[in-house]
Amino acid sequence: MNQWKNFTKGFIRENAVFALFLGLCPTLGVTTSAINGLAMGLATTFVLVMSNLVVSLIKSLIPDKVRIPSFIVIIATFVTVVELVMKGYVPALFDALGLFIPLIVVNCLVLGRAEAFASKNSIWSSLVDGMGMGLGFTMALTVLGAVRELLGSGAFFGLKLISGDALLLFILPPGAFIALGYLIVLANMIKEKTA
Amino acid sequence: MAKKESTFVSMLATLFVVTLVAAGLLGSVYALTKEPIRLAELKKKNEAIQVVVPGFDNEPSTEVERLFMDGDSIFLYTARKGEEVLGTAVETFTNEGFSGEIKLMVGFDPQGAIIDIAVVSHAETPGLGDKMEKGKGDFSLQFMGKDPNTFNLAVKKDRGDVDAITASTITSRAYCDAVKRAHRAWNEVQ
Repeated sequence: MNQWKNFTKGFIRENAVFALFLGLCPTLGVTTSAINGLAMGLATTFVLVMSNLVVSLIKSLIPDKVRIPSFIVIIATFVTVVELVMKGYVPALFDALGLFIPLIVVNCLVLGRAEAFASKNSIWSSLVDGMGMGLGFTMALTVLGAVRELLGSGAFFGLKLISGDALLLFILPPGAFIALGYLIVLANMIKEKTA
Repeated sequence: MAKKESTFVSMLATLFVVTLVAAGLLGSVYALTKEPIRLAELKKKNEAIQVVVPGFDNEPSTEVERLFMDGDSIFLYTARKGEEVLGTAVETFTNEGFSGEIKLMVGFDPQGAIIDIAVVSHAETPGLGDKMEKGKGDFSLQFMGKDPNTFNLAVKKDRGDVDAITASTITSRAYCDAVKRAHRAWNEVQ
C-alpha cells in the first residue's frame, strides 16, 4: 500500500469531518476557538493512533464476536489516560474541553477506524492511517475553530484583532453549523479540482 | 494468521485479558497523575482565594469548614494575617447557569461585606455569559465592597440592585444566586 496516499487521504479526500461526517459532536461543540479545536484534535489523534496500533497488533487474537467490546475497552483506556494526564498537567485546557474529552470514547471516528481499517491491515499501515485521519480531523477542527473565533470574537488564536463584540452568532451553536456548512462546500470544491 | 474462533472459552479469555491489561494500565496512570492533579486543583483554589481575600499569610485551604446547602457542599476558608482574621473565602455554586453549574469564590470581610468575587469554574457561552469573569467584563466589579444586607443581590429586572450583563440575564441571575448562597453560608458560621 502506498503509505503517502494512506496518510494524505485523511486531509481532504476522506477527511473525517468534511467527507465522512464522523465525530461531528465534538466538532460542533468545542470549536468556539482555534486553540480548543487544535487541542481536541490532538487529543483525538493520540487516542486514534494508539487504538489503531493496539487493535492492529492483537487483531488475530481477538475472536470476531467479542471484537467490538474489546475495541471499546482499548479506546476507553486511552481516553482515560489522556483525561488524567490533561487534568494533572494542563488543567486550564482540561477546563476548556471539559466534557468532550471523555466523549472521545464514543467518537465514531475512532471506533470506525479500528473496525474498518486497523482490524484488517498491517500495524504500519494502521499507524499511518491513524496519524493521517487524526491530523486531518485536527486540521478540520482548527480551521473551523479559527473561522468561528475570527467571526465571533474578532480574535485569532486568542489574539484580539478588534475590540468589543463581533458576530456573536458564530460562537453560539447555530454558528457552528453555518461555518461547518461553508467549510464543507470549500472542501468539496478543492476535492473536485484535484480529482 | 487465521482469525481465532469465537468459542465460549476463547471469548471469555480474550475479554478477561483485555480488561485486565486495561485496568492495570489505568491503575498505574492514575497513581502517576494523582499528585499532579491534586496540586493543580489546590493551586487553582489558592489563586482564587488570593484574589478574593488578598494579603493573608496562613494557608486558608487548610482552615476549611464545610456546609451542606441546597444539595451540595459549600466550603469556607478563613484567611488570616498573623492573629488577625482578614476575611473568609466562600466557595459557592449555583445550578441556575445558562449551561449548568457555576462555581464562584466570594470573599467576605469580617463585617460581612464582599471584598471581591472570582469565578472558579463555569461553562457559560464565550463572548456572552463569560463576561462575569474578571478581566472579561466589568460585571463583577459592582459587587466590591457591598454588604448583601443592604445591597439587594438580584438583577434590576427582578427589582434588585445588580446591573445584569447585556444579553446574559440568566447568567447574571445565576451569579447573584451563588453569591446569595455564599452570604447565607457566611451568616451561618458567624
